[in-house]
Amino acid sequence: MNKNILLALCGLLAVLAISTNSFASSEGALMHANVNVRDTAASQRGARLFVNYCLSCHAASYMRYNRLAEDLGLGEDLVMENLVFADAKIGDTMEVAMRPADAVSWLGKEPPNLSLVARSRGADWLYTYFLTFYRDENGGWNNLAFPNASMPHVLWQLQGIQQPIYATHDGQQVIDRLELAQPGLQTPAEYEETVRDLVTFLEYLGEPAEVKRKNVGIWVMLFLALFALLAYALKAEYWRDVH
Amino acid sequence: MAKPASNLAKSGNALMNWIDQRLPVTAFWNATMTGYFAPKNFNFWYYMGVLSLVILVMQILSGIFLTMHYKPSAVEAFASVEYIMRDVEWGWLIRYMHSTGASFFFIVIYLHMFRSFLYGSHRAPRELVWIFGMMIYLALMAEAFMGYVLPWGQMSYWGAQVIINLFGAIPTIGEPLTEWIRGDYFISDATLNRFFALHVIALPLAILGLVLMHLVALRENGSNNPDGIEIKANKDENGIPLDGIPFHPYYTIKDLFGISMFLLVFAFVIFFWPEAGGLFLEHDNFVPADPLVTPTHIKPVWYFTPYYAILKAVPDKLMGVILMFAAVGILFFLPWLDRSPVKSIRYKGAWYKVMLGLFAIAFVRLGMLGMSEGTPEQTIEMRVWTFVYFSFFILLFFLSPRASTKPLPERVTH
Repeated sequence: MNKNILLALCGLLAVLAISTNSFASSEGALMHANVNVRDTAASQRGARLFVNYCLSCHAASYMRYNRLAEDLGLGEDLVMENLVFADAKIGDTMEVAMRPADAVSWLGKEPPNLSLVARSRGADWLYTYFLTFYRDENGGWNNLAFPNASMPHVLWQLQGIQQPIYATHDGQQVIDRLELAQPGLQTPAEYEETVRDLVTFLEYLGEPAEVKRKNVGIWVMLFLALFALLAYALKAEYWRDVH
Repeated sequence: MAKPASNLAKSGNALMNWIDQRLPVTAFWNATMTGYFAPKNFNFWYYMGVLSLVILVMQILSGIFLTMHYKPSAVEAFASVEYIMRDVEWGWLIRYMHSTGASFFFIVIYLHMFRSFLYGSHRAPRELVWIFGMMIYLALMAEAFMGYVLPWGQMSYWGAQVIINLFGAIPTIGEPLTEWIRGDYFISDATLNRFFALHVIALPLAILGLVLMHLVALRENGSNNPDGIEIKANKDENGIPLDGIPFHPYYTIKDLFGISMFLLVFAFVIFFWPEAGGLFLEHDNFVPADPLVTPTHIKPVWYFTPYYAILKAVPDKLMGVILMFAAVGILFFLPWLDRSPVKSIRYKGAWYKVMLGLFAIAFVRLGMLGMSEGTPEQTIEMRVWTFVYFSFFILLFFLSPRASTKPLPERVTH
């Protein structure tokens, strides 16, 4: 009888496996960020990029500077000297100097708080976003991951300027790929690493406890495995006289 | 100096006697644990009851710690959850225990209910066990729905908007009813505050009371078992069922093993996969609620999506709402819809295996379709599986008294 139940469960799993395929394809093709939040050096470089290029407009209102100092192994003095430009104190959260009302009048709307952007968008999306800015026909910035994004390409000096190459697909003009029209300060390979650093930091920013969570998790799993083993031995001993 | 062991035991007995004369602790323990004889042939499916109890306790404990730091106000709620995740010591663990616990509660409850479909645990004389169980399920759905609103993310806000608006489909009283639920013309601070009150006090109290009734009703007749036969039909000279074993220590020890295996899976998700790919914690819910920006794709959390798919399968809103509630409501009648002379799937024959298999596939597929964007093809598929879902109950009613069965064994099998 148990075989039947197992068979039924297998059937159910097969249906699940087949049908998940039909749902997976709805996301557009994203590049793989391959970030590793344990790479503290990448997070440190990313933090510097974030402070230099993002923090003037985007806040990270749930993140405190002293947490950053501790988690990224930087020390509070180093953070105060290199990462805190406003008159913020070490225990403050990462805010922008710009007032919300000014932001609306200058930029149209307040740039979003980026504390959780890696959790709402995902690392792959962010990576793709930073690599697919291009200059469109109107001379403005556009983006493949986020069409008509209102943010200009703040890293353009590093990457250079990309232009779209069009192809005809089913009688429609679509962007086939992007081509580097004007080189930037970094080679494409260097720029990819820069973006990876930034995305690594954003991933950390989304959940500062992630590394600790996984480290603790290993010990919890080991303890529970041992406990389950003992519980099983105890059960087997008690149940020896049940026939 | 410590007393000798025998004296210690004697004073322990004296204390226990003193208590027993005032409160029947030992009598209660004997009646419900050591003197309660459970069938000896419980399998995997019989772990789910104790597991749901374990989750209930974990949800209450983690919930108490969350309320110490959470702020039930539209302005502060989202930030207070992030405060818990970042600034509260071990706050991330407490929050993930609670969010993962919510999803696991439903996984375990769905398996617990499916066990009843397999072995006929809801059949006479255990109908009230099932009815109380269904009431727990309803209360749990309300509890989960209101809890999901509290983090005040985009999906909290818009999910609540869609679900509450369903009541607006009711003629005449629909609109006033939705306003009464929200306490405002739209989802707002007032809604959040009352959902908080219901989530942390009213519904947990109701669930605890119902769980008590569920267990009292269960102990009255004792558990069913995978063979669906009554073990009390064969007793020894002392009146003890031949196929029964004392619940304590046999099943307490066995459950300890089951609980530890469950905790292994549970801990794996908490520590290594807390978002479960966007199923347990949805990506859009990491964006604060914004009444002015509608997310492109609004869907309820996974444990509601089977019913959501039934709702979306019907073109007419009111009919969809009626069918959706009927999908839950029909479960209450299960003990009387199944009229087969045998309880367990083991002796029911192939017809039931096929029907139940299709029903299970329908439920899972509807759950997946309920999360989808709802293309025309997916809508057609929703209709097919909705038809299969309801057909199960109708066919069960008409087929079960007529279909052939296998002979029941005298005693439980292994």
